[in-house]
Amino acid sequence: MALLDVVDLVVEFPTRRGVLRALDGVSLAIEPGEVLGVVGESGAGKSLTGAAIIGLLEPPGRVAGGQILLNGERIDTKTQEQMRPLRGKQIGAIFQDPLTTLNPLYSIGRQLVETMQTHMKLSDRDARARAIKWLEEVGIPAAAQRIDAYPHQFSGGMRQRVVIALALCAEPKLVIADEPTTALDVSIQAQIITLLKRITREHGTSVMLITHDMGVIAETADRVAVMYAGRVAEIGPVAEVVKHPAHPYTEGLMGSIPSLTHRVDRLRQIDGSMPRLTAIPTGCAFNPRCDKVFDRCRRHRPGLVPSGKTQAACWLYATEAANG
Amino acid sequence: MAEDIVLLADQVSRYFDVSRPWLQRTLAREPKQVLRAVDGVSFRVARGSTLSLVGESGCGKSTVARLAVGLYTPSGGEIRFEGEAISAARAQPDLRRRMNMIFQDPYASLNPRWRVRDIVAEPIRAFKLLSSTADINARVGALLTQVGLAAADGEKFPHEFSGGQRQRISIARALSSEPEFLVCDEPTSALDVSVQAQILNLMKDLQQRLGLTYLFISHNLSVVRHMSDRLGVMYLGRIVEIGPAAEIFANPRHPYTKLLLDAIPDLDMVGRSRTPVGGEVPSPINPPPGCPFHPRCPLANARCKTEKPQVLHLGTVEIACHAAEEGRTTA
Repeated sequence: MALLDVVDLVVEFPTRRGVLRALDGVSLAIEPGEVLGVVGESGAGKSLTGAAIIGLLEPPGRVAGGQILLNGERIDTKTQEQMRPLRGKQIGAIFQDPLTTLNPLYSIGRQLVETMQTHMKLSDRDARARAIKWLEEVGIPAAAQRIDAYPHQFSGGMRQRVVIALALCAEPKLVIADEPTTALDVSIQAQIITLLKRITREHGTSVMLITHDMGVIAETADRVAVMYAGRVAEIGPVAEVVKHPAHPYTEGLMGSIPSLTHRVDRLRQIDGSMPRLTAIPTGCAFNPRCDKVFDRCRRHRPGLVPSGKTQAACWLYATEAANG
Repeated sequence: MAEDIVLLADQVSRYFDVSRPWLQRTLAREPKQVLRAVDGVSFRVARGSTLSLVGESGCGKSTVARLAVGLYTPSGGEIRFEGEAISAARAQPDLRRRMNMIFQDPYASLNPRWRVRDIVAEPIRAFKLLSSTADINARVGALLTQVGLAAADGEKFPHEFSGGQRQRISIARALSSEPEFLVCDEPTSALDVSVQAQILNLMKDLQQRLGLTYLFISHNLSVVRHMSDRLGVMYLGRIVEIGPAAEIFANPRHPYTKLLLDAIPDLDMVGRSRTPVGGEVPSPINPPPGCPFHPRCPLANARCKTEKPQVLHLGTVEIACHAAEEGRTTA
């Protein structure tokens, strides 16, 4: 059984001018120990998917349809009070900016101890010993001395290491990492990615890695979901999606990334931009920008259908039998 | 054949005084603190080519961009534009007109209360290139069409455009004074990849069509690889390696260049793992003695810790590294 199962998730924002559908039928699953990458451009709904799973949608956003199952149990219907014990213990979170994640008024040791004591029965002494062990594990030098330091005394890369320790210290089964390396320089990014990979593998933690950087996904994830305009355009093993993308959007996205190894004269470009939530085209959301568009794409919305080893929401791969 | 040099930087430095206010400093008996943002940088940009500068945050690349268009005056050394010292060039409208800049953030660099038409026309009016309103409007329309927008978009305000479209407006404004030299400071860092591809393609097309010269500043090595003829790698205010981009990508010699190239997640990295280099960029206020990279360098030895490496020519590449000079491959 999948650890996390998101089925046909719909997230809506009621506004004065009508209801905006920010996520429209998102389905994905994460197996125990698996790293699922979620990639897409700004506004594709990738962060919103993460926020919905952990129950931190900003009001007035609300889950308006579908289900989120953790270990087979529905969590999208839980109240904030019921979600609280789950957060940290079952689902950990790592956000982009480590400075806003950490409380500037508490030492990092206090924040780690508090998190662990909230979820586990630990004496002060045991919790502190564990906090030091975690800081060592995420590569903070002289952890025993640094434990009483405050967030501002650490550099950006070191802070993100502390955030990773904080997300993992109650040993959750799933970690949602939302752009964990976007605020960091490339050499620090490489350190953090390597750390995140090693530590989640050692603890058997599943990761939902949300990022706009396809390179980070290629290096880290087992499977990847490509999102476009609040929908999953393609989902499958990362090597397949990168090397043999099925959906025309994925293909365009891969072609538009400049490569380090081979230089091309012109990058492949997808003209136009992602539609606003107020003007999602009928049928396939990508149809106005797609170079393989045909009549059906403009009228009916495609579901995810198998194409090779991946699944793509594209009429190119739908057989008549598959959709009746 | 002598190169046709548009911009020449010779041992340029730019220091910033970051000391605390005088009274506090005196009471605490602190010395003055100086941040050496750019410390003895030399490069040249040939006409019609692109020189890119890459490096991590705080390496001084944006300061170089500002020095190159004369927004900062150098603390030491000299920058020459078309053979004239940059301060003298700035004083002559017909030289100043020939350089322009594209900024990173298309949300902050366009005045939200001006119509696009006026934003793009401002350099034309400032340099008195055209006088009649009809001529100016026609020129603005042509510029907007050139960057892939519609002439009618001139009536709109910046907030009506997406990030990529705003960056096109910035480019149209930069082109309106008919410059030959453009300084582009992270022009695509704020954009999504598919939009980034559109802007990079547009910039390359314009370069070919108008014979533009670019000084391109970026932290993204794959973007730089796509754009550059020559490449300079900066670390803590210095250029550690500079040369033809193809040569540096094929055969990086400086340990920092190697580190940067290894650190970039690439699509070809599927399923592979690597050992990243540890450590972080030190503060430019107290840079390490000797080679500033030595605390992170796998090849550092006693000489690197004490003696500042000088720039030396190795084939087509200039490099500041003792290990490369000695042909050392271990510490």
